[in-house]
Order: sequence, then C-alpha cells, then structure tokens
Amino acid sequence: MAILTADKTTKRFGGLVAVDDLDLEIQENSIHSVIGPNGAGKTTFFNCVTGFYRPEVGEIRFNSHSLVGLLPDQIVRLGIARTYQNIRLFPNLTAMENILVGLHSHLKSGFFGIVLELPATRNEEKMATEEARRLLRFVNLAGKGDFLAKNLPYGDQRRLEIGRALAARPKLLLLDEPTAGMNPRETQEMMDFIQHLRDELSITILLIEHQMRVVMGISETVTVLDYGKKIAEGTPVEIQKNPKVIEAYLGRGSAAEMHRA
Amino acid sequence: MNKSIWQNGIKIGLIGGVSAVLLALIGMVEAFSQRDIISNVISMGHTLLLLVAVFMGYLAAKRTTRTEPLWILVNSLISGLIVGGLVALLVIVGSLINLRKVFIYAMPILYELLTFKQGTQIGIFLLLGAGALSGTLAGLFFLSPQIIRRVLIASLGSIVVAGVLQDLLRPTFSRWGPLAIINEWLFTSNGLTVYGAIALFILIAAIIYFWARKGGAVRTGLHRLPPAGQRALKVTSLLLLFFILFALPQILGLFLSEVLTIVGLYVLLGLGLNIVVGYAGLLDLGYVAFFAIGAYTMAVLTSPELGFFSLSFWGALPVAIFMGVISGVILGVPVLKMRGDYLAIATLGFGEIIRILVLSDFLRPWLGGAQGIGKIPKAHIGGIEFGTPQSIYYLILAGCFLVAFISVRLRDSRLGRAWMAVREDEDVAQALGVNLVATKLLAFATGAAFSALSGAIFASKLSSVYPHSFNVMISINVICLIIVGGMGSIPGVIVGSIALVGLPELLREFAEYRLLVYGAALVAMMLLKPEGLWPSEIRRRELHGEVSAGSEPESSASNESSRS
Repeated sequence: MAILTADKTTKRFGGLVAVDDLDLEIQENSIHSVIGPNGAGKTTFFNCVTGFYRPEVGEIRFNSHSLVGLLPDQIVRLGIARTYQNIRLFPNLTAMENILVGLHSHLKSGFFGIVLELPATRNEEKMATEEARRLLRFVNLAGKGDFLAKNLPYGDQRRLEIGRALAARPKLLLLDEPTAGMNPRETQEMMDFIQHLRDELSITILLIEHQMRVVMGISETVTVLDYGKKIAEGTPVEIQKNPKVIEAYLGRGSAAEMHRA
Repeated sequence: MNKSIWQNGIKIGLIGGVSAVLLALIGMVEAFSQRDIISNVISMGHTLLLLVAVFMGYLAAKRTTRTEPLWILVNSLISGLIVGGLVALLVIVGSLINLRKVFIYAMPILYELLTFKQGTQIGIFLLLGAGALSGTLAGLFFLSPQIIRRVLIASLGSIVVAGVLQDLLRPTFSRWGPLAIINEWLFTSNGLTVYGAIALFILIAAIIYFWARKGGAVRTGLHRLPPAGQRALKVTSLLLLFFILFALPQILGLFLSEVLTIVGLYVLLGLGLNIVVGYAGLLDLGYVAFFAIGAYTMAVLTSPELGFFSLSFWGALPVAIFMGVISGVILGVPVLKMRGDYLAIATLGFGEIIRILVLSDFLRPWLGGAQGIGKIPKAHIGGIEFGTPQSIYYLILAGCFLVAFISVRLRDSRLGRAWMAVREDEDVAQALGVNLVATKLLAFATGAAFSALSGAIFASKLSSVYPHSFNVMISINVICLIIVGGMGSIPGVIVGSIALVGLPELLREFAEYRLLVYGAALVAMMLLKPEGLWPSEIRRRELHGEVSAGSEPESSASNESSRS
C-alpha cells in the first residue's frame, strides 16, 4: 500500500528546474532512500512534501489526501514530520521545550484555557510533559531536558531533532541526511535506531542519505535523482550495479568504486 | 618591547580622558555639581569624573597582558594619569582660549570646579595626581580578592546611591517618626554627612562581608528545609512583598507616589511589549499606538466635553481594551509576512499613523484635534474616587498584578512555546503545527490589549489626553526598558521601568541629558550584561554560555525537578 505518491511533480525556481517530472511511490511501513549528487533536488522534494514549497506541476498524495496547496501546519496534522539537513532546532529553547513544541499539533489549550487555568489545560500540560520526558528517554537524552539545544553535542542534537519530529506522532517521517558528520559507530547506532522506528512504531521512513552503507544497509527501496530527474529506482543491490547511477556519482569509468560500498 | 605592555593603558586612558573632557564640555559635570554626595566633601560632578578615572583604571588593569601585579598597577596608574592629564589639558586650553564660542558650557565655573578652586597652576597637578591615584586604586581593586571587591563595591556604591537618591530618601525617612532621626544624622540639606557616610560604609561593608562568609551556609540551610518549610518561606516572602507594595504610597508620600504611578504605567506597557518582542520576537516600534487608542477610547466614551457617550471609567475600560485587541489585529494582518527590520519600520509607521490621526483637524469633531479631550472623569468604586496619586497607584498596581499573572501563565504554556518557536525559527515552527497567522495575531492583540489598558488608566489619571503625549519616544522608552531590564523576563520589566523611568523623575539633573544617559546605559548594558539587569533564566544561559550545563549530566537531573 502506497502511503505517499508523487505524480509528475515539478518544482521550478525561475529557469532552474529543481525537481523534474518526478514519479515516486513510497510503500507503507518501508524504509525508502532517496539518493543523488548534491543539487539533485532531494531536499527540494522534501520541501514540496511538507508544504514549504508548492510544486508548479503535478500532484503529491498522502494516503489519498492531496498535499499540494496545503500549509505546513496542516500537513503535519495529517501525519508527516521531518528533520533538516543542517539541524534546525530552536537553539535558545531547552531540549524539553523543543520536544514540547513538537507536540503542539496534538495539544489543544487555547488562550483562555491557559489564562483561566482551566483543569483541562493543566491536565494537558502534565500529560505533555510526561510524553516529552518519554520521548527524551526514547532518543537517549534522558536527564538532558534542561540543556539549551544549542549547547548539546552534535550527536545529541541530531537525536533531539528526531525526537521533536516524533513528538508530532507522524506516520511518515522524512529524515534529511541523519548521519551527516557521524563516525562509523554513531552511524551504525543511527541505522539501528531508524530500523527500530519502523519495526516498533510502524513509521514509514523516507531517507535522504549520502553514506552508501546506510543506504545499502537499511533501505528496501532506493530512488536515485540527478538534476531533478529520477534516473533509477530499485533495491539497493540493483542500484549498486546500475551504470547510470555510477556515472552520476563518480563520473564515467568508475564502476569498480561502487563494489566497495 | 616594553612599550606594548603600556599600549593598553595608554589607549584606555586616552578614551577615558576624552570621555571626561566631553562630559565636562557638555555641561554634565557642572550640572551634577549642584548636588553633593558627601556634603562639602565631594559632589556628584566630581564623583562622575572620579568614576571615569577609576573605571578606566580597572579596564587597563584587566587588559594588561602581563600578570605580575607591578605591571598591572603601573598600567592602571598610567591610564588614570592620562585621564587626569587630558582634563588638565582642557583646563590649560581653557585658560588660553575662550572655548565658549563653540562649547557653551565651557564657562569659568567649570574650570573652577575642575581645578578644585585652586587656580590653573595647582589645579593641573591636582588633576594629574587625582587621576593617577584613582587609576592605581582601581588597579589595587582589580588585584584584591573577590570578597574585598564585593565589599568595596557594595559599601562605596551605597554611599553614591544614597547621595544620588537623597531626594527620595530624605522625605521618606522624615514621614516616619523613628526614622526621621536617621535623616538628621545621615543627611544635610545637600548630601550625606561625613559621619553618615562613614557609618553607612561600615554598616554595608559588615553586612556584605558576613553575607559573603556565612551566606552560603544560610542558603544551603534553606535548601535543606522540608518542602513544607520551603513553601512557608516562599509564602511569607510573597506576603511581605505584597505588604510593602500596598504600603508604598503611604511610606513615600505624594510626589513619590506620583513617580510610582508613572513607573507602573510603563510596567504595564513593558509587560505587553514583552509578549510581542520578548516572547514572539516581533519587533514592534509603534507600540505607542495602542496606548493612544486605549487612552482616546476612554476619553471619547467618558468625557462630557465631547458628549457622545457618558460611560463610567469601569464601563469604558473593557471597551478600551477591546479596541486595543482590534487594533492589534489590524496592525498584525498586513505585517504577517514581514520580518526583522521591515517589520520594525512598518510598525513604526503604524504608531505615527495613529498619532497623526488623533492630531488631525479632520477627526477633530470626534477626537478633539490638537486641543485633545479634557474633563475625563476619575474612576469610582462605591464612594471612593481614584483621584489622588496614591489611589491611582492602587488601580495601576491591580492592573500590573493582572497583567503579570497573565504573562506568566502564557509563558509556560502551549501558546508561549509557540511564540518562542516562532521567534527562533518560524518555518520550523510552522512545520511542527504552529499556525503562524493565529499565533502572530494573538501576540499583537495581547500586547495591544495590555497597552490599551495602560492608556485608559493614563487618560483617567491625567483627566485629559493630548495628541502630543503619544509620540514615538514612548515606544522607544518601552523598548529600552525591556532591553535594559531583561527581555522576556517579568521582574526585568519592573527593574527596567524603575531604572529608566523612575530614576530620571527623581534625578532632575538628568533631565537634560536623559537621551545621552539612555544611550550610554544601553551601550553599557550590551557590553556588560546583554541579558539585562534581571534576565529570564533562558536569556542568562543564552548569553553567558552555559559551559557547565554541557558537562555535568548528573546535576541536570535535579535541575529538571527544580524548574518551575
């Protein structure tokens, strides 16, 4: 069952076509990677899915909801959350507060409930705090709730961002280069963690990645983009051998390189 | 190569010297000399110059590249010497050329002051000596242990503060029988007595010394109290605070109650702007618009002069607040997509639009034009009329409690977090479910409501409203006071208001130099304490780099439970 489908999606910036006639289908409960050289349009596509950009042409559907034209705060309520290529936490808020903002779409307290200290509001805050603590533990940041996000070490920041995205209770999670800047051990931990998300929480994962071992290690399907166009799609093994993919990444005559990944 | 060590001292001394000369030439030294800190010993004007020399000496000591005490002392001596030297240079030049043609304050009396009435020749040596001495003392201060420094700052500081605030303290003490004796003892008609100053010095020094030694033990003792005990302590201190706040007008008398009401109105304004700028990060420079709208609504609805309506104060008040909310939304809608500087200019424009509208002839039949609207009635509850400064103070105090309460509730809530998220990164906030339109409009509307409340009370207090009172300076004052007090912090707003609104009322000498002092205060704050005088927890951590927070995971677990 396809949870997300993109149909002839095209995004232009003036004369530059960042995403070119893209057809994509993400199966529910799968881990699907999108790879390609820098500038291939991967993050732009993410931005189209989350409503930050509006594609000029084409359609994107999430469980048969059309996403095109919706605002980001409407889209997150449908069940899509994301992380960012260069971590975009709220730097001067604590880890705890970052996660609580993630819960925003699932809380209901309004201005008057807050000012009048209605019991419903108080209970909701208590519940939210507990859930935020749980999420912090889940991403291995227990006890660091009061640290300012900008003071956390890099690995913790990445995990906090995922925790914040998880707070939105997504059915589809878009991860933009989650292992950037990580050493092999941390990368392995992240890989295990992503699989855990899919296995235990039944979250579909759409992944932008550059590290081949991550792509090959955990994805079921891989889509390759180059200059905004899809140039290949298939299982990791199939992609590895695809000459067009090799050419796009490494230039002609580097077929031998790919076998090492 | 020895020269490079003195470089800092020389540079800092030159800057200090130029500042001192400047302060003299704009007349600040002379104006301040009217008031004595210690009667017939040292005036506020001389204290000002002294502070410049001392501060420069301290800076020079701090920036010395070598750590041996001798180098540090010499460096600070040099900087002090140069400060004195430049002032001496001014005196010399002044004795040769008539500077009055350019600097109108370069009058003979200035030179008299600067040379301690000893004439040019001796004056020069006195200045050099005083400068060198001040610098060296500052250097010694720099080298002293922490506890000595705290003691000195506190005790010397209290002497200066007592001298500066003598117009506040004298009448206050004289109203209370037993305390009136302190008055005779501590103050003369102009300045502290010598004995008073010494006694104050010793008293404060003793208090600070003992607090520094034993204070830690007291604090841990307090922390070890059982929760019931801690709560009791909190409750008693709050009750004490309330009691003092309620008793204040009685303690302070008429003039000071009047000052308090103005401070209180600015606290209301500050708390409102705190939400717009401090929480939501929306730079609003036209905040006076809502103040005006609240005031004019109150005027139009209650004044018999216009005669359209004749509601009472309490009847008009909710309408005024409501008008504030509406105008907040009206301002907010067109500026939703603007950020930063563009937002600032647009809101500034809105402030001016409102001012021009209430001033206009076009709207004169409804809003009174340049003459304004008069005969606004005071508030009544039962038979009590809120006419005197003391009674109006209570009205404003109630308003402040209400607004502070709402601010605190909003800050630690879903909406407060949404505002802060919008301030930090509005695109990501939106991607997490924050409705930008509603959130921003709520910020503008809430801020405007508080401002309108303040304006309505202001109109009733003054019994009249004139368009000239609603100018951009009010907006700027409010921004300054929340920056100096601490953006996003509620106690900070109160401190900022007292500092930037209350003090100028008390120190008439400041009046002419108000803008200079504001500017200097802002610059000083940004350099020394950018998070404000009483910052919110977050801001203090943000600007003073919590290195410890990143390396002590054990302690953070207890932090989590103690945060409220």
